[in-house]
Parts: sequence; structure tokens; C-alpha cells
Amino acid sequence: MIERTPLLNLATHLILGFGLIVILAPIWLAFVAATLTLQDVNAAPVELWPGTHLWANLKEAWVLSDFGPKFINSLIVAVGVVVGKITLACFTAFSLVFFTYRGRTLIFWMIFITLMLPLEVRIVPTYAVAANALSPFQALLDVTGMSWLINAVSGVQVSLQWNLLNSYTGLILPLVATATGTFLYRQFFLTIPDELVEAARMDGAGPLRFLWDVLIPLSKTNIAALATIMFVYAWNQYLWPLLVITDRATYGMVVVQLSDLVPDQMTTGGGTPTWHLAMAATLMVMVPPIAIVILMQRWFVRGLINTDK
Amino acid sequence: MRRACFKFSWVAAALLVPQLLIIFVFFYWPSAQALYWAFTLEQPWGGGNTWVGLDNFRAILTDPYYWGSVRVSVIYALATTALAMGMALTLAVFVDRQLAGYRSWRVAIIWPYAVAAPAVGLAFQFVFNPGAGIFSYINAVAPGWWDLSRNALQAVVAIIVAGAWKQVAYSFVFFLAALQSIPRSLIEAAAMDGARPLRRMFDLQMPLLTPTFFFLLVINITDSFTDSFGIVDTLTGGGPYRATDLMVYRIYSEGFKGMNYSGAAAQSVILMLLVMALTFVQFRYVERRVHYT
Repeated sequence: MIERTPLLNLATHLILGFGLIVILAPIWLAFVAATLTLQDVNAAPVELWPGTHLWANLKEAWVLSDFGPKFINSLIVAVGVVVGKITLACFTAFSLVFFTYRGRTLIFWMIFITLMLPLEVRIVPTYAVAANALSPFQALLDVTGMSWLINAVSGVQVSLQWNLLNSYTGLILPLVATATGTFLYRQFFLTIPDELVEAARMDGAGPLRFLWDVLIPLSKTNIAALATIMFVYAWNQYLWPLLVITDRATYGMVVVQLSDLVPDQMTTGGGTPTWHLAMAATLMVMVPPIAIVILMQRWFVRGLINTDK
Repeated sequence: MRRACFKFSWVAAALLVPQLLIIFVFFYWPSAQALYWAFTLEQPWGGGNTWVGLDNFRAILTDPYYWGSVRVSVIYALATTALAMGMALTLAVFVDRQLAGYRSWRVAIIWPYAVAAPAVGLAFQFVFNPGAGIFSYINAVAPGWWDLSRNALQAVVAIIVAGAWKQVAYSFVFFLAALQSIPRSLIEAAAMDGARPLRRMFDLQMPLLTPTFFFLLVINITDSFTDSFGIVDTLTGGGPYRATDLMVYRIYSEGFKGMNYSGAAAQSVILMLLVMALTFVQFRYVERRVHYT
């Protein structure tokens, strides 16, 4: 930028080129494998140049894994998480920033702490909750003696049941239950000048009108950033859908389907491993989030840096 | 604190309730449940849990397999973090020179972030496959030299490479952003003082990256403890002989395949403490030192 450094420039390009090769190599090999036939993909020296069977393999893998409904499911879950997350985050942050009441700081910290423990860490009990999402309330009623009281007064046996296994709700809700977006929104709301709030109030706007007509239009970038991050996050979920969905034909997501494609003894029964199909499926699963990240690059980077996941 | 606010009304409460309900049901309750299970044992024929104190923890901590899992998790965390951050830093520093094609380089390095962990695992399983992957060359000469499903060391190397590959993009984004937030005038001043690009890199830019570096260190280590499941499950399945049985994977297999909720819960609690300690370190010691000027 400031001086002429032809040698260093060359070195820069070489280093970046090498880095790019390292990053691209595994995906390139997977891509090449997806273009070969069953015999070629298992031939001893690995093929480095694509063959001609890409389309055929993609089609076969698509049919084999029944990807049609699964892509739709993945899309439903990803969009559900994005919408749920943004709505909740926006509402919560709005309430915390633009109202005065006691306990605000406490509530903020209660929400903020959820960033500390990812779903994977508390997976076993979360699964138990998903089997009956009302079990916490049932337990509370039991412990406080309320169920006994209700039973004694009205004769109704309290037993709250809401099974979330094998449902979109079960897939989406636990993924929404973190502070990711709330924090981002709070940061943004804190930068809104007081004058804007005062002006709105003087014009007779209530809180909801202010939120809808002033804040939401202002937070478009925020929404885009958060949406990109959350879409990728939700699309790529693996452990949670693996547990919650046993009815894969109806509710299966594409990423989970990959676990069935690992060509080991179990799936091939000792036959030749079907790498070409496994890699074709892997490529198809990767495409939507990669496309989102590349298309929404600017917002993605902003979201990644600000959300603290 | 802001001066102009709305008065508290039912609106404020109504906006807050959904979030609080969700985190109560899906975060606080399960976390508390994990604690409860960790100190109790479920009766085999129903009839509730009995309090067993620290027995679950004692059983885990005297289990050599558990310590094997901890050991390989730590190795995995440190190795992936070092590899990913080293590579990300190198690439970021050179991309930041903003030579021709700067934007394309950036995109080319960012996109792996979007690849799902199991997809990474599956792709690397092919790449490292003894019969069909890159090592098939060597295996053609020395049959059986490379075989993930038999050689523990090679399996660990494979998950580390796959994990690091997945993490590079994240660190890269942060390093690049930090580099670009260094004031232009600082770099120009150094250039006027006669510092050449490499000198500026080592003596000016990299020291200014220290806060980002520590931030990423903690985040990457935490992530490799929690986010490794997809890679392990599709790449090695925890084998061979539990050589790649990382902590999260072990919790999963103990809880859902072994149906040992108490043992899995106790392990969850240990992992929770570990992750919380790391997060605490980050807030207490790292975040406070952030100053870019």
C-alpha cells in the first residue's frame, strides 16, 4: 500500500494460495468423488480430476436419502429458528432497554448466562424436557403441593403433558432458548439516542408503535446479520435432531441424514463402500448455508463478530 | 443507563414473558435437572431417584476410560485451537495487506464456517479413507500402514485435522476485523519511521491483536469441547477402542446408548463446570484487557 514490495507481494500470494489449497483440498476431493462411478471411486490411487457422473450420483443420492421432504424440513426448522430468535431477541431487548422497572439487571443476567452452556453440554436433561415440555411446571406444582390442592378442591388430577419429540416445535424451541440475539439487540438499542424516544413520545407514540415504526426499520442490518448466523446455526444442527426425531421419514433433517451415509460395515454390509453417493449427498447438504454465507457476506461477518454466538 | 424510557406497563412484561418461559423450560430446568441426576441414582424398576451423594462422580473419576476421554478431549482442544488459530492468523495478516483480489481471498477463506460438522466429518472420512482417500497411495506400497479404524493415533490426528479445518474461518473473521480496526495512521507512521511490511506485521499489528488472540483462544477451546460431536460421530464414531471418545460424545453414548442418565448427568456437570470456568476466565481476565488504542 505504501511502498513497492514485489518479493513480499509474491510471497503473500504464494502463502494465501497455499492456504486456499489446504482449505479447498478436502472439499475438492469430495467433489471429485461425487463425480465418479462406484468402481472408480474405490480404485487405489485417489482420483484428482472430476469424472462425468456428477448428475447421476446427485440424483441417486437424492432418491436414496429421500432428500425432498428432508430439505423442506431443514428449511422449516432453519426459518423457524431465525424468525423465533429474532422476534424473541427483539422483544426482550426492547423491554429491557426502553422500560424502567426493578429487576431489569437481574433478568438481563439470567438471560445472558444462557450463553455459557451450549445445548450439547446439557443434552441429556434437555431431551427429557422435550419428552414433556410441561414437566417443569408439573414438578413445580407437585413440589409446592398445588396439584394436591387442586385435586382436593376440584377432583381433577393434574397431569400436564406436552410431548415435543418428533415435532417441529421440539426441533425449534430449544435452539431458540439462548441469549445470542438478545445481547446483539440490546447493544444496538443502547445506541439509539434519547432524543428519538422523546420525540416519539411527544408525538404520542406508545411503546409498541415506537418499536414497530422506529426501531424495527432502524434495525434492518441487525436483522440481516442475526438471520444469516442463525440460519447457518440451525441448518447445521446435528445432535439435537438426531435425538428428538425418531420418525426420520416425516421430520428428518438433511444434516442428520448424513449419519446414515457413512459407508461402513453397517450400511454396506461388507460390500464396496458407496463413497460417490455419500460425497454427492454431503455436497448437496453443504450448499444452502454456504450460499447464504457468500451472498450475505457483509452481514454474516458483522453478525459473527457481534453476536458472540 | 438511558434517561428517556417508557413507564412500566403490561407491555413490558408481555414482551419479556415468552423469552423467560423458554429459557426456564429449556435452559434452567434441564441444567438443574442435570445437577439433580448427578447426585441421585434412578431405580431400575421405577420408583424415583435415590440420593447417592458423590457416588456418581466417584464412579466416573475412578473410571480409566473417563480419564482417557478427558485426555483426548484436552489434546483435541489444544491441537485444533493451535492449528486453526495459527492458520487463521497467518492468512488474516496476509489478506490484510489488501493486494489484488483481496475480496476474493476473503470469501474463499470464510465459507468453510457454513459447512456442518457432520459434513466435515464425512468428507474427511473419505479423504482419510485407507482404501479410497489420499493415503491410498501409501497404502498401495505399504498395505495397512494408514488405517483410521485400527490405529488410535491416526484417528486422533484425523479428528484434529477435521476440527481445525472447520474452525479456521471463525478465527479468520475475527483476526481480519481486528486488523482492519487498527488505525491507518499508526501503520503509516510506522512506515514513515522506516518499518517495512514484515516489521510492521510483527512489531505493530500482531501485538495489537493480543486481545483478539486471547478472546479467540478461549472461544476456540470452549467450542472444541462442545462442538465436536458431529465430527467424531461421522468420522470415527469414538473408536478405535475409544481412542476418540471425546467428552460430549461420551455423554451422548452413556446417556442415550447406555441409558445411564445419572452417569451422563454427572459427566455433563463436570463439562459444565469446565465450560463455565473457561467463560469466567474470558470475562474476568480477557475482556477487561481489550484496548485497541
